[in-house]
Amino acid sequence: MNIIACMKQVPDTEAQIRVRPDGLGIVESDIKFVINPYDEYGVEEALRIKEKLGGTVTIVCVGPARAVDAIRTGLAMGADKAVHLDDPAFEGGDTFSTAKALAAAIKGMGGDLIFCGKQAIDDDAATVGSALSELLGIPQVSIVTKVEISEDKKKAKVSRQIVGGEEIIEVPLPCVLTAQKGLNEPRYASLPGIMKAKKKEIKSVKVADLGLNQAEVGAAGAKTKMLKMTSPPTRKAGTMIKGESAEETAPQLAKLLREEAKVL
Amino acid sequence: MAKGIWVFAEHIDGTSLRKATFEILSEARKMADKLGEELCAVIIGHQVEALAERCGHYGAQKVYVVEQELLKSYTTEGYAKALVDLITQHQPSILLGGATVTGKDLFPRVAARLGTGLAVDCTEIKLDGNNQFVVKRPLYAGKAYAEVGFSDATPKMATVRPNVLIPSQPDSSRKAEVIKVAAHVSSADIRTKVLEVVKMAGAKLDLTESEIIISGGRGIKGPENFKILEEMAEVINATVGASRAAVDAGWRPQSDQVGQTGKVVSPNLYIACGISGAIQHFAGMGTSKYIVAINKDPEAVILSKCDYGICDDLFKVVPKLTEELKKLKAE
Repeated sequence: MNIIACMKQVPDTEAQIRVRPDGLGIVESDIKFVINPYDEYGVEEALRIKEKLGGTVTIVCVGPARAVDAIRTGLAMGADKAVHLDDPAFEGGDTFSTAKALAAAIKGMGGDLIFCGKQAIDDDAATVGSALSELLGIPQVSIVTKVEISEDKKKAKVSRQIVGGEEIIEVPLPCVLTAQKGLNEPRYASLPGIMKAKKKEIKSVKVADLGLNQAEVGAAGAKTKMLKMTSPPTRKAGTMIKGESAEETAPQLAKLLREEAKVL
Repeated sequence: MAKGIWVFAEHIDGTSLRKATFEILSEARKMADKLGEELCAVIIGHQVEALAERCGHYGAQKVYVVEQELLKSYTTEGYAKALVDLITQHQPSILLGGATVTGKDLFPRVAARLGTGLAVDCTEIKLDGNNQFVVKRPLYAGKAYAEVGFSDATPKMATVRPNVLIPSQPDSSRKAEVIKVAAHVSSADIRTKVLEVVKMAGAKLDLTESEIIISGGRGIKGPENFKILEEMAEVINATVGASRAAVDAGWRPQSDQVGQTGKVVSPNLYIACGISGAIQHFAGMGTSKYIVAINKDPEAVILSKCDYGICDDLFKVVPKLTEELKKLKAE
């Protein structure tokens, strides 16, 4: 199996997000960057399938120079090699232009199975996986929590989370699967893994290498444009309900919810 | 030139429409008036014509009912083909839908096929001073917001977060013109096959669509104790959620998780029980209209960010509150 795991590097979930004074991005200093958690489930699943059925796992990542740290972590977990789309021209892309770059990079790789995270936890778009499968002309199943590859390696049986339950779907390979929490528990990189990762290949790819022009990718190729970024209004502390016991506080709360908040 | 605002009206097993549909139609009606364009709904399915009427009540002038037996249940490729065919024929300027499980799956595929812009999970949709379509959407699970504009490619597409826009009063005297369209999807277009649909027992409403959510965190201490939250939920017709700590401990299924790596919700009332209010949890529920926190730790962050707080043992407060709410409901 030739498995591809797409990856993005994002701020850790515990990170405080501060909007830059120009309102067009966030302050990146002091932020700890990690592999997008959903992409990590994808990498882990790719590794498990490889360990069972043989093959290779290739990480494909669009991102600036700092994203190398995330790629190295993926390689230390056990991925074989990586492709890093690190041309500044890829920056500032939206779903469409990012998927376009990924599709161009992946097209010639002959992947049987392509994992993406169900969404990146920075822009929360949850769209690149679907757009990528469309541009590659292959099927997709999104929000996947279980993957079984058939014996002939021609199709996969996957579970997909839906409202109030799940769908069990059969999908022919190659396809794109977007990984949801619950798919697996990602391993930590072992020390030997980290040592080995240092020697693994990370191929740097520029726009021209993909046969695309600068106008098709990144901010130039985007179909949406961020006009302004703002911080959410801060929530002020409200009413602390005082009382000696629940016998005193609970009735006050019930009353406030009905009469003041009018939500009951 | 592209003209008309379209709303993808999502049905639940062909029996009713998701309420996000009505929320979006109501808001889109105002935009259509401002632009002087038509507002249309699109329903894709099999034998779904009966659902069209209500779209009219919320302001749709036309409802395209796209039917074929192959479209009875949602599949990405079947619905994408049916929708793209209709869009190509009529060239709407804007296409909206709910940021639901289906909307999130379908819209990116359609946008990529049409080569158009898509903004997802929007909390605001509007026309700017120049009548250009702009949206507001959360980033970093709500730790920041972005105002987003579109290139000239049409239709400009957006999915809207359920429960955020306020539906207008339905007006049953408003009638929409129903246009039946036969879809031409072939079984070869749909490469995935749904083998089985497993319904989870007890799941009533998806968290993202619930108006009241009661969540439990580490302070709940064990899976069996969620019972007291479920009892309260029963009384006030709420849905029970959980923090990451409770899910990671295996007390609740992952689908119940509220937070940055779970569901992002925006109910009218969010009751957090035994939840400290970590930044990643707040990211998932910070836009709730009212937040109640019950936590015995006076240092818990959530107590300084909620509308109503009780600093006390949840095992004492919750059952008593349930009792009080029962009384209120009986009045």
